[in-house]
Amino acid sequence: MVEFAGYEMPLQYQGIIAEHQACRTAAALFDVSHMGQVEIADAAAFEHLVPGDIQGLKPGRQRYTLLLNEAGGIIDDLMVANIGPHLQAVLNAGRKDVDVAHMRAQGLAVVTHFDRALLAVQGPKAVEVVPEGAKLKFMDAAALDVAGIPCIVTRSGYTGEDGFEIGCAGAAGEALAEALLARGAVPAGLGARDSLRLEAGLCLYGNDIGENTSPVAAQLGFALSKKRLAADDFVGAAAVNAVLAAGPARMLVGIRLDGRAPARAHAEIRLRDGLVGEVTSGCFAPSLNAPIALGYVRADLAKPGTALDLIVRDKPLPGEVAALPFVPHHYVR
Amino acid sequence: MSQVFYSKDHEWVVLGDDGLAKVGITDHAQNALGDIVFVELPEPGRNVATGEACAVVESVKAASDVYAPLSGTVAEVNQGIVDEPALVNGAAEGDGWFFKLRLADAAEVNGMMDRAAYDEFLSTLA
Repeated sequence: MVEFAGYEMPLQYQGIIAEHQACRTAAALFDVSHMGQVEIADAAAFEHLVPGDIQGLKPGRQRYTLLLNEAGGIIDDLMVANIGPHLQAVLNAGRKDVDVAHMRAQGLAVVTHFDRALLAVQGPKAVEVVPEGAKLKFMDAAALDVAGIPCIVTRSGYTGEDGFEIGCAGAAGEALAEALLARGAVPAGLGARDSLRLEAGLCLYGNDIGENTSPVAAQLGFALSKKRLAADDFVGAAAVNAVLAAGPARMLVGIRLDGRAPARAHAEIRLRDGLVGEVTSGCFAPSLNAPIALGYVRADLAKPGTALDLIVRDKPLPGEVAALPFVPHHYVR
Repeated sequence: MSQVFYSKDHEWVVLGDDGLAKVGITDHAQNALGDIVFVELPEPGRNVATGEACAVVESVKAASDVYAPLSGTVAEVNQGIVDEPALVNGAAEGDGWFFKLRLADAAEVNGMMDRAAYDEFLSTLA
């Protein structure tokens, strides 16, 4: 067990590699109830706080978006679903209080449901574990009964695999988890969640993105609506447009290392003798049997194939910029 | 069967017939570390002091130091765990040994724990 965002969380059950492989080859169950589920009624008001198209989000659809500050930095990254008549957003555990305070300060009415449970079933066999969700496609959302329990189900996740995130009343969470385990899902902890998301090239708030990170530098351009940027009508829009116009000074890239030694967060990235960046996340990738990292480098070095050194225990480990994701996504569209 | 000595840093030591002290990490330690994916061992010939960090094990998630349980000179290292780090998980107190030390002072082992004392030490950690 480890402390994470104020919660006692399992780092692993049987072992990170076994849990990781269970997710890549079968179905893994993650308890992510620490994440904050909130309800928002006013899509137009919420849209003012994010760079994505929210009013155009159709009922039954979900989108990845960002809460930005005036400087264009990322307050949080989140999923928002139109489950009609209201929106449901899922906030990072360590940011949920900050997010809600920000939204309320901006005049947005938010109903928090932090006591709700959230379970993620991820992997190629996820649909066998959650047949109730079979009709959903990637990024669909629906209110459904799962194992007889009323839930809000989205076909999405944080592993790069097909899968579902399933929210239900907190009191029903244990029964839902037992039902999903009985259907063959393998329990997986934070360790595997981290190695899976890193292989999938997905950012972790607090490591890879934060209040001083521009979404442009973080390669999150897909979350920036051209229409919204042109309208310049959301918090942080002017700053984001300025970064887009000037180009970011640094860019988030994937890095594959030679050898087997991983480079961890805060390792220096050097080109010959010059400091050109810093690792923000790193692990040994079980699916690749090789170490991988995410980090920021000078923007002119962001091209895949660029050779770099990562400094680990005062020694340079050679690596090169790799295209993301490291492991292909397997979403069911 | 040679006697095995244990440290509070979860290393074990066996004094061999070759006059060298074979060092590894305990089964408790490998279990706490999880799947080991990389091992870095000291250069043979290096002098190490008791408690000095002299090897590194990396799991998927984190790096951990391994300390010299006794002072001496590194005489030999186990290339087997460099080539196959999972051997440390599979046989921590056997084929997954780390290195052999030529001890500076053989009497220093008397300051280490025997199995019963180490088991009692482990029971205090829960």
